[in-house]
Amino acid sequence: MRRHIISILIENEAGALSRVAGLFSARAYNIESLTVAPTEDPTLSRMTIVTVGTERIIEQIIKQLNKLIDVVKLLDLSEGPHIEREMMLIKVKVATMSQRDDVKRLSDIFRGNIIDVTPSTYTIELTGSATKIDSFIEALAEHKILETVRSGVSGIARGDKILHV
Amino acid sequence: MELSGAEILVRCLKDEGVEFLFGYPGGSVLHIYDALYQQDDIKHILVRHEQAATHAADGYARATGKPGVVLVTSGPGATNAVTGIATAYMDSIPMVVITGQVPSAVIGSDAFQEVDAVGITRPCVKHNFLVKDVTKLAETIKKAFYVASTGRPGPVVIDVPKDITDPAIKIPYHYPDKIIMRSYQPTVKGHSGQIKRAVDLLLTAKKPMIYTGGGVVLGNASEELRTLVRHLGYPITTTLMGLGSYPASDEQFIGMLGMHGTYEANMAMHDCDVLIAIGARFDDRVTGKIAEFCPDSQIIHIDIDPSSISKTITVDVPIVGDVATVLQEMNHLLITGKKQPQKKALEAWWAVINGWRAQQCMSFDRNSDKIKPQAVVELVHEITNGDAYVTSDVGQHQMWAAQYYGFDKPNRWINSGGLGTMGFGLPAAMGVQLAFPDDVVICITGEGSIQMCIQELSTCLQYGLPVKIVALNNRYLGMVRQWQEFFYKERYSHSYMESLPDFVKLAESYGHVGIRIDDPKTLRAELERGFAMKDRLVFFDIVTDQTENVYPMIAQGKAHNEMHMSPHSNCELPQSPERELS
Ligand SMILES: Cc1cc2nc3c(=O)[nH]c(=O)nc-3n(C[C@H](O)[C@H](O)[C@H](O)COP(=O)(O)OP(=O)(O)OC[C@H]3O[C@@H](n4cnc5c(N)ncnc54)[C@H](O)[C@@H]3O)c2cc1C
Ligand SMILES: Cc1ncc(C[n+]2csc(CCOP(=O)(O)OP(=O)(O)O)c2C)c(N)n1
Ligand SMILES: [Mg+2]
Repeated sequence: MRRHIISILIENEAGALSRVAGLFSARAYNIESLTVAPTEDPTLSRMTIVTVGTERIIEQIIKQLNKLIDVVKLLDLSEGPHIEREMMLIKVKVATMSQRDDVKRLSDIFRGNIIDVTPSTYTIELTGSATKIDSFIEALAEHKILETVRSGVSGIARGDKILHV
Repeated sequence: MELSGAEILVRCLKDEGVEFLFGYPGGSVLHIYDALYQQDDIKHILVRHEQAATHAADGYARATGKPGVVLVTSGPGATNAVTGIATAYMDSIPMVVITGQVPSAVIGSDAFQEVDAVGITRPCVKHNFLVKDVTKLAETIKKAFYVASTGRPGPVVIDVPKDITDPAIKIPYHYPDKIIMRSYQPTVKGHSGQIKRAVDLLLTAKKPMIYTGGGVVLGNASEELRTLVRHLGYPITTTLMGLGSYPASDEQFIGMLGMHGTYEANMAMHDCDVLIAIGARFDDRVTGKIAEFCPDSQIIHIDIDPSSISKTITVDVPIVGDVATVLQEMNHLLITGKKQPQKKALEAWWAVINGWRAQQCMSFDRNSDKIKPQAVVELVHEITNGDAYVTSDVGQHQMWAAQYYGFDKPNRWINSGGLGTMGFGLPAAMGVQLAFPDDVVICITGEGSIQMCIQELSTCLQYGLPVKIVALNNRYLGMVRQWQEFFYKERYSHSYMESLPDFVKLAESYGHVGIRIDDPKTLRAELERGFAMKDRLVFFDIVTDQTENVYPMIAQGKAHNEMHMSPHSNCELPQSPERELS
């Protein structure tokens, strides 16, 4: 079982997302996160899917995704060097001075930004790999987390390799 | 030329070369029906249930190789069509299904007869479209036919909101000759390096096996397959879907494989050392126990759909491409190459296979005072010179039809393999008969299945379709009864059919001929009498032995060499299945 990050260029048609989501549920594939947004070319959307499976299952997932008529191109980023980023907004309870100091310190260590402050809460923006984000949540274990919002993973290959039509 | 959406739709079908449109009207498609009324290029066939429209279009497609076309209304029209769409999807049959939809402005408001047809059909179509703009209609129809009939074929749904077909809005008509889709470009030509590797491997085989499937029929590659098989001299088996792609009467054909395949085909699969799979998808009814599938074999696989390759069984030499194209290249290498098949080894292999053959796994009791279903199929084969189109429903009768008819030509055996849809047989036969009005079209069915689309007897009368219905009436949901006998200690839970209609009177009340046969002595004469009525639909209600089972049988999840054999064969394997499942 290995984690794979799969990038897709898909026709920007109504229902394209439901075809992908439907494929994963119908075939009982794992899906850790899925992000989708338009690209610089308005006819195309880019999707990033994080999934976990054996080599055989990942091979089938890739083949089945390629088989969807709307999928124009696909790249398994995990096959080569790549960069992975996820953004999180997290709201933490900071009722006392020491809590405020501690959360600020942790946020600095993880290179987060405190983007909203109230007398009793800090909202922090943090970008990084999914593991970095997991670690930050772990680091906040002693605090009361009020809310987390994660964007899901976006990824891109390093160097000259591009996913483009 | 300016046309309305409804006129464009009909005109596109004509320009696409569509002969028949199988359909049923309703509110959302009335503009289209009005346009149909004003032309006579396309013949509309009014079925009695939308499921039958899809099966009829499907039967037409399987027999002709051309996409079948369906028109149904929104809501219940679309949902009734779903079973037929899924049936076509599972067997990779090209089909274009046009569903009416409520007007664009009210989509999503739970309008009268609104269902999300695109959403409901999404998991059982190759692709589907919702037309949002009448200026895109013609292009969408072109795309639908292109997607349905190229690559691995399949059904495509076009959902057309009523306002798109508004007769008051006219726009210029243009039907594209060709379409290029950047996101869909099926691979046709196989990788030459892989093809060469495959040829080399094939020629090293001492115990080779050729396993072919529906892809050979779909890819129209029987000719190329015959060249390959004859050149190599290897044994060949086909799946249920591949029957007829290689002549059943040929010496090298060792029968169907799989759950109800022949002893020799399954044993040869188990023992082979090189296997070439051609347009077949390693279905679980074929492989049996995955861990013991062809245990000592290297495997070559030709398929146009990369996702069919190494899905359940990992193969050694994958070749993505169209069967006919790949086989042509392979045949060329074989015929012009210097290396020949391993002659000595092959002779020894054939001796083993012929030993298995001699065990006569297809024997049955020929002296019974009851009508044996196998005997009926054999007789039907004889009376029709093995040259009929045969559709079937699902159950024991389907397996007997597959085992005993002996198809020598492709596109003649028409059945639902992947979905196993009872009710398929009669409407499919209508589609075939319309395509081939002068040929004999038979529907081999059971008293259970035929009742699932029996209303189509009315359609057959309306269009004068002289289908011959051969109902093997065992008063049981026989296939269910067989499993209950074998695996549920004979607890026949709801598999017995009571209160059956009098099928003879039923056929007569629909304006057809009914013949009941219950004596083996009159079987031949009565069949001959019915088949002589060339222009009438004849319903043969044949009272068969209730307790007959389909043999051989590999229980689900068992290996190829664990077959259960008929008590009438000479086979060494266990004759009756161990009782499983407590
Ligand atoms: C009651 C019952 C019992 C059954 N018992 C058996 C049994 O004993 N034995 C048996 O075999 N089946 C049996 N079946 C049928 C079984 O369920 C499957 O439908 C069948 O085995 C699949 O056949 P296939 O592998 O030929 O694939 P198909 O479904 O015909 O698929 C065709 C394959 O060919 C590929 N293809 C299509 N076009 C091309 C082309 N141009 N070039 C290259 N490749 C192409 C496709 O991608 C696909 O992979 C039974 C079904 C029922 C209902
Ligand atoms: C629509 C549908 N429902 C249920 C089944 C399950 N099923 C498979 S075979 C069979 C029995 C068919 O009975 P009949 O048509 O009389 O054929 P027989 O097996 O007796 O020849 C059933 C119920 C099915 N294949 N299709
Ligand atoms: Mg029956």
